[in-house]
Amino acid sequence: MAMSIWEYANPKKFMETSSIALPWAAGGALLCLIVGLVWGFFFTPDDYKQGSTVKIIYLHVPSALMAINAWLMMLAASLIWLVRRHHVSALAAKAAGPVGLTFTLVALVTGAVWGQPMWGTWWAWDPRLTSFLILALFYLGYIALWQAVENPDTAADLTSVLCIVGSVFAVLSRYAVNFWNQGLHQGASLSLDKEENVADVFYFPLLVCIGGFVLLFLTLVLLRTRTEIRVRRVQALLARERMA
Amino acid sequence: MIPDLGKYAVSVLTAYGASIALLAGLVALSLWRGARVRRMLREVEQRQGRSDG
Repeated sequence: MAMSIWEYANPKKFMETSSIALPWAAGGALLCLIVGLVWGFFFTPDDYKQGSTVKIIYLHVPSALMAINAWLMMLAASLIWLVRRHHVSALAAKAAGPVGLTFTLVALVTGAVWGQPMWGTWWAWDPRLTSFLILALFYLGYIALWQAVENPDTAADLTSVLCIVGSVFAVLSRYAVNFWNQGLHQGASLSLDKEENVADVFYFPLLVCIGGFVLLFLTLVLLRTRTEIRVRRVQALLARERMA
Repeated sequence: MIPDLGKYAVSVLTAYGASIALLAGLVALSLWRGARVRRMLREVEQRQGRSDG
């Protein structure tokens, strides 16, 4: 019989499957991050224009990429919650919030530290930077809304709506440079169109780092979703205890 | 061991230090909360005389 993706919406099935996937994702993340960052930091040359600051690319690009994609994952999980009412998807979206916020902060901090020597300023109200800052505020609002609403189903409903609204800024932060074609931030460092990519000597360690960040995201979302499922179980058992 | 980062050494090292601190903090917090909730669940299940995963 064919397996359905919806089987994983069952918390018991999710716990079983994620317990197998989690060590592999964590091991892969650790391996890719160590290899990618050591390769990039110690064994790549300086850029002819940007000097040694080019080494910041191995943190800045993967974190920015995952900051946007974390929100898109939350959007997919929120839509599944709204349409099919699967609790695991709502909890996965909740679990991803702080992870996405951390990646956004890493992107903003590394961007500021990189921008200062290159542009002569820590911050500019540039389309991409501004939309990224708004994305960080949406992450904060999303996390706060989960904390503020006591009923978990109502919290899932409201945060799902917020997630849909925030998706505009997630997409905007990716394409802001193309929309306005102005500001200090350059275009994409990576593209399916090979002409736009950075030089190979930076490109390959960057790909390994991106793989590491993707696996780190997966690891943390699995880990935190498992925790959220257990929190629900504790709450259910305590409620039963009170009623007995 | 550290490569010569020239005049941008502070920028590069700050970027790496801040990023590693943020990511390590998130991992530590996730593991700590996970362990705390797991312990809490075990206690409640033991108290209620059940254990189902």
